[in-house]
Amino acid sequence: MKLLHIDTVYGGYGGADILHGTSLVVEPGEIVVIIGPNGAGKSTLMKAAFGLVKIRDGCVRFLDSDITRLRPDQIVRLGMSYVPQERNVFPSLTVQENLEMGAFLRRDDYRPQMEKIFELFPRLKERRKQPAGLMSGGERQMVAMGRALMLDPKLLLLDEPTAGLSPLFIDHTFEQIKRINGLGIGILMVEQNAKQALAIADRGYVLSMGRNRAEDTGRNLLANQEIAEMFLGG
Amino acid sequence: MASGLLAYAVFFLTLAGIFAVLTLGLNLQWGLTGMFNIGVAGFFAVGAYSAAILTSPESASRVGGFEMPFVVGAVVAMLLSGLLALLIGVVTLRLRTDYLAIATIGIAEIVRLTLKNESWLTNGVRGIPGVPRPISDEPLVYLGVVAVTLAVVYLALERAQHSPWGRVLRAIRENEPGVQAAGKNVFRFRLEAFVVGSMIMGLGGALYAHFFGFVSPEAFAPLYGTFIIWVMLIAGGSGNNRGALLGAFGIWLVWSATEMLTGRLPAEWVTQAGAIRVLLIGLLLQVILLSRPQGMLPESRPKPRKKKPLADG
Amino acid sequence: MELVDFLQLLVYGVVYGSILTLGAIGVSLIFGILGFAHFAHGDLMTFGAYAALVVVVALGWPVWASIPFAILLTAVVAIAIDQTIYRRLRRTAPVILLISSFGMALVLRSVVQLVWGPRDQVYVSGIQLPYRLGDIIIRPDHITIVGGAILLVVLLHLFLQKTRTGKAMRAMADNMDLAAVSGIDAERVIMWTWVLGGGLAAAAGVFLALDTRLHPTFGWHALLPVFAAAILGGIGRPYGAILGGLIIGIATEMSTVWLEPAYKPAVAFGIMVLVLVFRPTGILPGRR
Repeated sequence: MKLLHIDTVYGGYGGADILHGTSLVVEPGEIVVIIGPNGAGKSTLMKAAFGLVKIRDGCVRFLDSDITRLRPDQIVRLGMSYVPQERNVFPSLTVQENLEMGAFLRRDDYRPQMEKIFELFPRLKERRKQPAGLMSGGERQMVAMGRALMLDPKLLLLDEPTAGLSPLFIDHTFEQIKRINGLGIGILMVEQNAKQALAIADRGYVLSMGRNRAEDTGRNLLANQEIAEMFLGG
Repeated sequence: MASGLLAYAVFFLTLAGIFAVLTLGLNLQWGLTGMFNIGVAGFFAVGAYSAAILTSPESASRVGGFEMPFVVGAVVAMLLSGLLALLIGVVTLRLRTDYLAIATIGIAEIVRLTLKNESWLTNGVRGIPGVPRPISDEPLVYLGVVAVTLAVVYLALERAQHSPWGRVLRAIRENEPGVQAAGKNVFRFRLEAFVVGSMIMGLGGALYAHFFGFVSPEAFAPLYGTFIIWVMLIAGGSGNNRGALLGAFGIWLVWSATEMLTGRLPAEWVTQAGAIRVLLIGLLLQVILLSRPQGMLPESRPKPRKKKPLADG
Repeated sequence: MELVDFLQLLVYGVVYGSILTLGAIGVSLIFGILGFAHFAHGDLMTFGAYAALVVVVALGWPVWASIPFAILLTAVVAIAIDQTIYRRLRRTAPVILLISSFGMALVLRSVVQLVWGPRDQVYVSGIQLPYRLGDIIIRPDHITIVGGAILLVVLLHLFLQKTRTGKAMRAMADNMDLAAVSGIDAERVIMWTWVLGGGLAAAAGVFLALDTRLHPTFGWHALLPVFAAAILGGIGRPYGAILGGLIIGIATEMSTVWLEPAYKPAVAFGIMVLVLVFRPTGILPGRR
């Protein structure tokens, strides 16, 4: 059973379509990357999976549920979490409180999960009482991911997780994404740092102007000259 | 009986016409330009009092005795309302809608306080009596005065709405950043609309003062001075002048009907009649907002272009 | 001005400021979470004050004991208004909500007048024996008001900092979209916002009635200073509202030294305009 299946969706933000029959699959435990030029509809595709974008035609399935018409707060209950690119923390809340908010839907004790996340991100444990808004870009990204992991999702959607980060932090973030994946959590991410993203990905999709252009394993896409020239910027 | 009915009809139409003038002024500010003015009562009052002070006879308790003709009173009423709007506008028009609304409430409050306290000018809570009718005391004649004024204001506003100036105002309401990018001074346009709209309200105030022959601070309390005009605009359809007219006459009809209904209540309820009518009109507004917020005559305009989202990767 | 007069005005200012604080916190919470300026807030205060009157008159309870009842009843009314009307207007422009709340203000006020009549009323007639601190007069009511306000603010603080819903409220005020994405139940938080907003307004109304007297329009007249306090503290920031309320309260009372008492509301207005023009985010440092 596929983890996520986006099947030939058309949709946008209410006006003209941005997605023109785009499709995508994530198998359980995979890291899948979406790359492509600016304006290609990469983030839109991911948002469509999470119910943030109107799907005019086509369908989205998560495990064996049809989630095409569901709202984000309904989807997150099913085991998919989303980390936006910008404004992805609650700035006036502490790190710990941010994580607690991630656990809002949990009926059980969230502390064991929080400890697991502190193990993943030791730096967050040191700063648990600090307001998230005062943290550096890289640290905030950790808080954002940590928040999304509090519900123990099966699939994590990451929108340009390394955007605006320093090179050191970029490496660090990709490391952490691998470690999260190592826990069995599927990852779907949109990335501008295509080369590094493809290096850790199981598979990748190339999107352009709202349409699928290519699909292959991460390694093959990296090795592909044509793709490299057109979409990876060398 | 017939003459009683006729007299009431003239009374009704005159007052409805005066409120129509006020509603047209508000439409210029809100309907056309998107500025939320909850201080209508302030400009209304300034207009009414200006006309009253200038045209009424001598009085022992306050400045007066100018006994100017109607036209002078009306013109000064418009100028002073416009001046007040200019002062406020320069300071507050850059604010976002909520803040502008709160600021305009403040203005109306301060106007009201001034009217109550500066008795050397306004006679305080006692009000100013003796405001004369122009031309003649005949109600029918005054109805004519109001009708002519209303017609002039309406035609002028229709002209303005379809002029280049009016189109810029509409563009500002729909897409302010776009207009700004096109190099227009958005602030100046909004200020002009605000001032002209307030001048029209001031004119309405002058008409009001001459109609009743008497002004007092209570007449411009937020209910009558502001709220009812808003209900008129929303009910009629904001954004177009015909809607403003329809709303003014329609709501005035409803308001007068509630007066007749509550007039039939047993004696002990009569003192509360006012509160019942306020309750009804407050609820009516909710019903309108929930069921038909675009009003009776919705604005016919091309569907606004949806804001394009920023291009994403 | 003599020190004694200064301190006396300070006392009046702190009392009035405490009242404004409670109203302003509610306005800020509602603005932060629901996104509009709630024009019916003053009339919620009126409603709360009269609700307390019922208990005081019918059951003979002391005023402070009637406050929980007033808070509860007003919270329920606030939720009811939201569920029947504001909720259906949530998808429209905030201005529509503003207009609607203006109408609700009149509805609340006229209901109050219909039930309790248009005349001034008091909770307890007769003159209280004031306390004296040197030459400064402090009425027992003043102590009730300031003490009550402090208690309520502390309780609010604990709610916002220690409870799950309180944190969710702060989260939603911070970032509405992220809250939805995280699975926070917006409607539940909104309901609690009305509980807090309505409840604090009720307390503010009771205290205002204690400080002055009950009248169907007295809440509406407090709306402008309450908004001024909320804006001064940074609208949407409940902690700022505390500072805003005290400053407006004290400034208003102090102004009577050189300004006609009748123009006191103008002081609040003047401060508000200054803030809006020079520092619209409020006097507290920080984002937004």
